[in-house]
Amino acid sequence: MLGLFRKARQPTLVFDFPGGVHPPEHKDRSNGTPIQPGPLPAQLVLPLNMHLGAPAKPCVGAGDRVLKGEKIAEPVGAVSAALHAPTSGTVVAIGPRPIQHPSGLDALCIVIEPDGEERWVERRPVADPAALGPDGLVALLRDAGVAGLGGAGFPTAVKVTLGDHQRVAQLIINAVECEPYITADDRLMRERADEIVAGIRLLQYLLNPQDTLIGIEDNKPEAIAAIRSACAGSDIQVRVVPTKYPSGGEKQLIQLLTGKEVPSGAIPAQCGVVCQNVGTAWAIKRAVHDGEPLIRRVTTVTGDAVARPGNYETLLGTPVRDLLRHAGVDGERLGRLVMGGPMMGFTLHDPAVPVVKTSNCLIAATAEELPEPPPEQACIRCGACAESCPASLLPQQLYWYAKSDDFERAQRHDLMDCIECGACAYVCPSHIPLVQYYRYAKGEIRHQAAEQLKADRARERFEARQARLEKEREEKEARRRARLEANRQKQAAAQAPAGDDNRLADLKKAVGKASSTYKAAVKAAKTAEAQEADNAAELRARADQLKAEADRLKAELRDAKAGAPAAAPTADPLADLKKAVTEASSAYKAAVRDAKAAEAEEAGDAAERRAEADRLKAEADRLKAELREAKANAPAAGAPAAAPTDQLADLKKAVGEASSAYKVAVKAAKAAEAEGTDNAHELRAKADTLKAEADRLKAELRDAKAANPGAAVKPAPAPAGKTPDGTPAATPATEEASPTPPTADPEAAAKRQKRLKALKTAYNMAHKQYKEAHAALERAERDAGDDDQERLDALAAKVDKLKAKANHCRDALNALVEEAKADIRAHTGKNLKTLKLEAARAESALRQKADELARLRDTADADTLETLDAEVRALDEEAQVARRALKQAVEEQGLVEDDQ
Amino acid sequence: MSLINAPSPHTRERTDTGAVMRRVILATLPGLAVLVWQFGAGVLFNVLWAAAVALACEALFLRARGKPVGFYLRDGSALVTAVLLGLALPPTAPWWLPLIGVAFAIVVAKQLYGGLGMNPFNPAMVGYVLLLISFPVAMTQWIAPGQAPAPADSLALFLGQTPADAFSGATPLDTFRTWAGDAGALAEHGILQGVLAGRGWQWVNLAFLVGGLYLLARRVIGWHIPVAFLAGLGVPALIAHQIDAARFAGPLFHLFSGGAMLGAFFIATDPVSAATSRLGRFIQALLIGVLIWVIRTFGGYPDAVAFAVLLLNLAAPFIDYYTRPRAYGHKGARS
Repeated sequence: MLGLFRKARQPTLVFDFPGGVHPPEHKDRSNGTPIQPGPLPAQLVLPLNMHLGAPAKPCVGAGDRVLKGEKIAEPVGAVSAALHAPTSGTVVAIGPRPIQHPSGLDALCIVIEPDGEERWVERRPVADPAALGPDGLVALLRDAGVAGLGGAGFPTAVKVTLGDHQRVAQLIINAVECEPYITADDRLMRERADEIVAGIRLLQYLLNPQDTLIGIEDNKPEAIAAIRSACAGSDIQVRVVPTKYPSGGEKQLIQLLTGKEVPSGAIPAQCGVVCQNVGTAWAIKRAVHDGEPLIRRVTTVTGDAVARPGNYETLLGTPVRDLLRHAGVDGERLGRLVMGGPMMGFTLHDPAVPVVKTSNCLIAATAEELPEPPPEQACIRCGACAESCPASLLPQQLYWYAKSDDFERAQRHDLMDCIECGACAYVCPSHIPLVQYYRYAKGEIRHQAAEQLKADRARERFEARQARLEKEREEKEARRRARLEANRQKQAAAQAPAGDDNRLADLKKAVGKASSTYKAAVKAAKTAEAQEADNAAELRARADQLKAEADRLKAELRDAKAGAPAAAPTADPLADLKKAVTEASSAYKAAVRDAKAAEAEEAGDAAERRAEADRLKAEADRLKAELREAKANAPAAGAPAAAPTDQLADLKKAVGEASSAYKVAVKAAKAAEAEGTDNAHELRAKADTLKAEADRLKAELRDAKAANPGAAVKPAPAPAGKTPDGTPAATPATEEASPTPPTADPEAAAKRQKRLKALKTAYNMAHKQYKEAHAALERAERDAGDDDQERLDALAAKVDKLKAKANHCRDALNALVEEAKADIRAHTGKNLKTLKLEAARAESALRQKADELARLRDTADADTLETLDAEVRALDEEAQVARRALKQAVEEQGLVEDDQ
Repeated sequence: MSLINAPSPHTRERTDTGAVMRRVILATLPGLAVLVWQFGAGVLFNVLWAAAVALACEALFLRARGKPVGFYLRDGSALVTAVLLGLALPPTAPWWLPLIGVAFAIVVAKQLYGGLGMNPFNPAMVGYVLLLISFPVAMTQWIAPGQAPAPADSLALFLGQTPADAFSGATPLDTFRTWAGDAGALAEHGILQGVLAGRGWQWVNLAFLVGGLYLLARRVIGWHIPVAFLAGLGVPALIAHQIDAARFAGPLFHLFSGGAMLGAFFIATDPVSAATSRLGRFIQALLIGVLIWVIRTFGGYPDAVAFAVLLLNLAAPFIDYYTRPRAYGHKGARS
């Protein structure tokens, strides 16, 4: 109703806001004299964060000479403003200095020693701002360091940058200056109204508002008149508001001029209003039309302790001490030094702090003028605070809640909407520092919110960690299962019906049984032979058969064992082949025994049996060759040094073929001799030739292998020399073979060995570091503090890095191991496992032959003995070769057997 | 130079709680004067004795609670309690009546709750109600208006030597209550035929109204409580009086009888036990007024300011809960 009345009465539309107080103004002390230039101090101290937002980044160094208006710090990030040298001089330091912060904190400042010459940097006034475009203008304002001169120092460039969808209904120029004592804007309007209006025009251009309103309190008639005449004929409306503190508060002014309320937690722009201080408008004009960055401002210096109160155009960075001295301060009488107004300003503890972009007033008050606050009395709930509150809060309730740390209820009573104007504390008859209580409670609430955030983050972190551990566990489990599955499949493929451990045990048992049966049979045979019993030969044959059976079982067991712990996916066809080979060779061996027995008995079908054995042998050989080929092909994809390998493999194959051909020939010859056929001699000769050929090839192979590293000291000339006709053949073979071996190999292998060792150490170390870091991270996570978040992140990053490193090492190691294995394969045509098996088989074959020889020594004829002897020697040689190859391969590659 | 380091605001209104209390006491002086004029010096003895007892109790308990005695005594709140209770006691009260009432008010109703600002009930009214319930005879004996005993007699009464009956007379409220509904009998009683209301009491209430207006002028109290209080009392009285003038006294009679003005400007305005917001205070005071009219008209006691105030003190948190002002920026729904 009163509002309606006022609307009807007043020609200009002005609303009202609740509450408010009328403190004594004290403005007449400083508003009677024109703006005077401030002092040129011995040093200018320019804080990098004199605006709201990110501190600027210095772009000069100590010792640099700077010109007036030269940029000395760049804006950093979106909300920031540049900094300029207020006068020409030398940068003498960039370091911490006390600044205008209420807490009395030091902050990074650029200190300039003026040279007094006032030499300007080249200025670039913009004659036609429209040509620059809105974006260009915004960039210019950012570059000129323009920030709100009213209070908060919010970078103007940010405030005038609108979103695409944003419409500005009202641009409000805040010229209220409602705080007592301050007259800086008053004088500015009186003396520079035209410049201010020019600045407002630039704002209008940038924001394109429907209405532009200037709010001025009615206690500044001269300023109102000046602005009115400057605005004459324009669309800028001057609105005179009644004098009442805090009508200059942004939200209160919006309410006064538009009747709008900025929703709690929102900014004015969200309800279509942009507020700018009148001084900022002036600074914008200077920046654009005069090319002059923000390097000075009008500051009111007032209070009972100064002799010449008034408004001074002060260079930013001027220490308060110099400005006060300039205004004639009486240090003896100075009791309280306030930067800003008496209602919302803050006391300075150190007069060395500089004037900054937001310093609109300095009150040098005597102790009588602004005395110590009287002691706090009990709240009598008089309600004066509630009646003065411009935000319609219940200050005394908030006070109770703040005092009893009941922050939840304080928040429910809209504590966060308190603008800390101090009206409540101003009127409180019990002298309760209410604002201080609210600041405390707000701080606590923010702290709690931060704590909550921290707790949430800790929970998230914990959950993430749990998930990670769970995942790791699952992965491990999956790997384990996959390994198990692979093994089972391999076993199932290798031995028809799978049965892992049981099968192994069964096999073992079978082997044990077979070998004991065999031994018993041998014993029986020996006894029979000693007694020259008729059935001795039969018994012997039976023993042999058993032996073969035992061997087969042993081989199978070995295969099963070798297959069990290996995770490496060996191709199924390989296993099949292997099995086939084993079966074929044992079948062959059995057939040979059979044939021999028949021959011994001079049975009619001996030749037939021998032929059958030969056929089987050929089949076994074919299978063996096939297996070798398959093995060589399957994993050899990445095998380096393929050429020599192939050669070796070929050689080996040739040896195998030759020796089997020879054996076949020997058998045939023997059969012929036994039958007394004519061509027996011929056959024997052919066998000899074949033997020689086989020996030659063997020697060649040996040499080729010997040329490989590691084999070095143990050449095998002895067995070769023993061969009667091998010697002449061996020599050229050696000569032939000598250019073949890859001479670079030993070095490479040695290098690899070294690298392998180094890698292993590196991996171990990396893994250990990773584990340690992981443990540290877990410890840190357990007793994490919020401020440790960064540390935690750093730790987590470190753990990740170390893990990656360890993984990298492991991969490299594995690659190298694989490479080494591939090399072995390449060199020998076999993989390690095959080598091992071969060595074992060779041993067993040798033992078998040696047994046979020992057994037949007394009974058999010289020829047979010789043949046997030769065979034993050949086998021994073969076994040695296999052993050596295995050893060499292992040693050479620096592999440890359990690497797999 | 050592600079003062203090949080904003750096300037304050030159007022303090002590000054507020002193103004309240000052504002009671016209009423006190009229009471003494109408009923003798007994009122003055009551007030002074009550003040002494209050200060002593307050000091004792401040000391017991480990608070700075001088600092808190200077806030004057104990004095205000004592003066208000002293003014409400009958002028024939013997010395022990104020002693018990004030001691109970200060010790139990105020200090045991935590001192100034923490008491949910108006201490003076707690003391008054205690006495009224415990000593109903002594508390309802009033001197007939204009027949004030000599100061010596008042002193004798105060010291409990003279039987109070010798001076006692009915108050207008008692009289009306006794003869309500009988228009002829009401007309016979001269005590009811004052310019405004009952004789004697009209001037007492007028004096308190003057004091209250002073408080309003000095912004010690807001207009909400007294206006609502008087409206709550006056409006039902007006309506009822229009219906049956013989049974229901008129608004002027109600407003200028008994403790109406004292209650409206000095008792109900006690900020400590009142509601918080302006709207809440208005509602609370309105209900106090209505309740006074109800009790005066239908209840067992001739006056009801103390009961009504205490009952609505109880309702203050409830009223506060529903009358919170809408804070800036909270248009629309609020949780």
